[in-house]
Amino acid sequence: MADSPVIKHGSDISAAVKDSLLSGLIALGLFGPLVGLRTEQNMRNELVVQGRWGLLASVIGIIIVGRFLLLTLVWPAMAARKERAGPVSETPSAARQAVSRWFAPASVVFLFLYPAIVVSLLGFQGSLKWVDNFGIQILIYVMLGWGLNIVVGLAGLLDLGYVAFYAVGAYSYALLSSHFGLSFWLLLPMAGIFAALWGVMLGFPVLRLRGDYLAIVTLAFGEIIRLVLINWREVTNGSAGISSIPKITLFGIKFDASPDGFARIMDLPISSAYYKIFLYYLILLLALLTAFVTIRLRRLPVGRAWEALREDEIACRSLGINTTNTKLTAFALGAMFAGFAGSFFAARQGFVSPESFTFMESAIIVAIVVLGGMGSMVGVALAAVAMIGGTELLRELAFLKTIFGSNFNPDQFRMLIFGLAMVGIMIWKPRGFVSSREPTIFLAEKKSISGSLVKEGHG
Amino acid sequence: MSETLGMAPDAPRPWENNPVLTVQHVFMRFGGLIAVNDLSFSVGRGDITALIGPNGAGKTTVFNCITGFYKPTQGMLQLEHASGATFLLERMPDFKISAKAKVARTFQNIRLFSGMTVLENLLVAQHNTLMMASGMTILGVLGLPSYDRAEKRAVEKARYWLEKTGLTARADDPAGDLPYGAQRRLEIARAMCTEPELLCLDEPAAGLNPRESAELNALLLGIRKTEKTSILLIEHDMSVVMEISDHVIVLEYGTKIADGTPTEVRNDPRVIAAYLGVDDDEVEIVEERLDQIIEGAAT
Repeated sequence: MADSPVIKHGSDISAAVKDSLLSGLIALGLFGPLVGLRTEQNMRNELVVQGRWGLLASVIGIIIVGRFLLLTLVWPAMAARKERAGPVSETPSAARQAVSRWFAPASVVFLFLYPAIVVSLLGFQGSLKWVDNFGIQILIYVMLGWGLNIVVGLAGLLDLGYVAFYAVGAYSYALLSSHFGLSFWLLLPMAGIFAALWGVMLGFPVLRLRGDYLAIVTLAFGEIIRLVLINWREVTNGSAGISSIPKITLFGIKFDASPDGFARIMDLPISSAYYKIFLYYLILLLALLTAFVTIRLRRLPVGRAWEALREDEIACRSLGINTTNTKLTAFALGAMFAGFAGSFFAARQGFVSPESFTFMESAIIVAIVVLGGMGSMVGVALAAVAMIGGTELLRELAFLKTIFGSNFNPDQFRMLIFGLAMVGIMIWKPRGFVSSREPTIFLAEKKSISGSLVKEGHG
Repeated sequence: MSETLGMAPDAPRPWENNPVLTVQHVFMRFGGLIAVNDLSFSVGRGDITALIGPNGAGKTTVFNCITGFYKPTQGMLQLEHASGATFLLERMPDFKISAKAKVARTFQNIRLFSGMTVLENLLVAQHNTLMMASGMTILGVLGLPSYDRAEKRAVEKARYWLEKTGLTARADDPAGDLPYGAQRRLEIARAMCTEPELLCLDEPAAGLNPRESAELNALLLGIRKTEKTSILLIEHDMSVVMEISDHVIVLEYGTKIADGTPTEVRNDPRVIAAYLGVDDDEVEIVEERLDQIIEGAAT
């Protein structure tokens, strides 16, 4: 069916009708048993076949009508547009250049104003969901994506166990703050350093591996950390996790209802929104620190060496670059940012357990980097918004229950929808949202480099 | 050596006097295969030395031993700088051979950083200098002016080599977009940006048209004239070899069969036999060896 010839502009209606009826027949064959028949147990514990003919008819109807519309309207229109457009010009238009130039600064300004906008629209209580679920959650993943972008996007090392360093950061903060009462501001850098040390410890034996082998070993490392967290009960409290982790204070001011809390000092009505907004700005600053350091490093020899390593490791060695050290710095730096994000995560949740650091998390972060376009900061941020914001939005789709019945839970279709979206994006934008690479230095004119020339690294 | 040539006087040859690289009794075995068999030669300082031989003679293997990509099974490779510092290359890891011993190389199949611009390629080549200037990155992240000055100097050096190789107009284009001949020149420019004492070129003229080949000759002669870099090259293109080299070494099946000036080598009966064939009574041997070569090329 799929390879039947596209009907030309004259839109041969009778052929289209024939084709769509044939599609309907095939759909009947496929969906007849799958959708049309359903077995249920009756009172006497017997299986009874029930027909769902109405549903079957509507499915087949959709397919016939859809096929007919595709053949007569959509495909001819697309073909005509393709002909009109002619060969796609290589140089982006002035408008697009302006957008790509101003997009990043404009979004940073927007992110700084975001809580104010939300509060002014919905009030403090109404803003909670938007600042916490959307703002903070997305920014954590933006930061993780940017951190992993150093390892995967710049140095071209596929790390599938990135969440391990996130876990190291989270547990460092959780344990040290609840046992020794150390403050967040002291533990934030320490968590980063611990995670970086783990990055180096993992890196030394592992970085002589390449490509798939590196990916598998990093994946295993992520699992090892999680299993240690589950089984080392004396320290980590096993799968029950660590709860009542101290909150973050601002110069010693607590965000609670106590007399010297933030709300009383500022003479504001008591609300948990202040703490959320404070956390929002904190993670925003941490994410921007990640971005700043990455942008800076790209223009330094170490950043260029990372990218050169992604392009051709043997050529790097022939130019006197110590590739082991270069890979280790990428690994350690990426791990450090994950450690920062982890300690923030622990402080924000007030509770950590190994549940939060499954392979699924690593996969999501890798998906963000790949979807965004490896090496591109803006792309990775956009991908984090799409992936995490999309997840959160699906929770908001309660109105779908009125269509699909009260048993419908949009959350359960999350992965299905993401799978579809990922397949679609990989078809239309195989190198991610932003595939071109910006050169780090130029002699006369800065030209962005087409993604087709940039290599993806091989370990 | 003098007996294999049959014509060389016993007096030391010019390249044996203060050589930049001395290769002594190097063997390279891959399992049962002997790729390089008891090879000894010297590369004269400031010379252009050519390493030639039929396909599969072990030329690239010798290069890989010199630049540290292979460890020779046996033998010694000694590099001496003009300053007198000496390095035993067989004991050094590959990146240190470039960074410390100052041996740069190009590759038979071009290995540029194709997704980076031409200028970035030349800056990556100056990694170690820039790394020191950026205080191992720490000072660079803080944005200290000393690093900016070092980067300016690096760009100046890159610009110098861009002009020498005629690539200034393409400096901001990705290296992968350059035509083939320009990519070959860029690879040489990139190697020269490491300020090498010895430059090893693996078939620099492969795939070049006659005009580009002549340009390459001019570039290499220019390097010999103005830089203190000695050049060792592998080449099949005899117009390049005979025209520019001071000293030619001929390998066949991993063994040196001739070593001398281009004129000497051109008239050496063993070289002629290796390249053009031999008398009737030796045909069987030659055919057998040819089969080996074809097998080697097929795998």
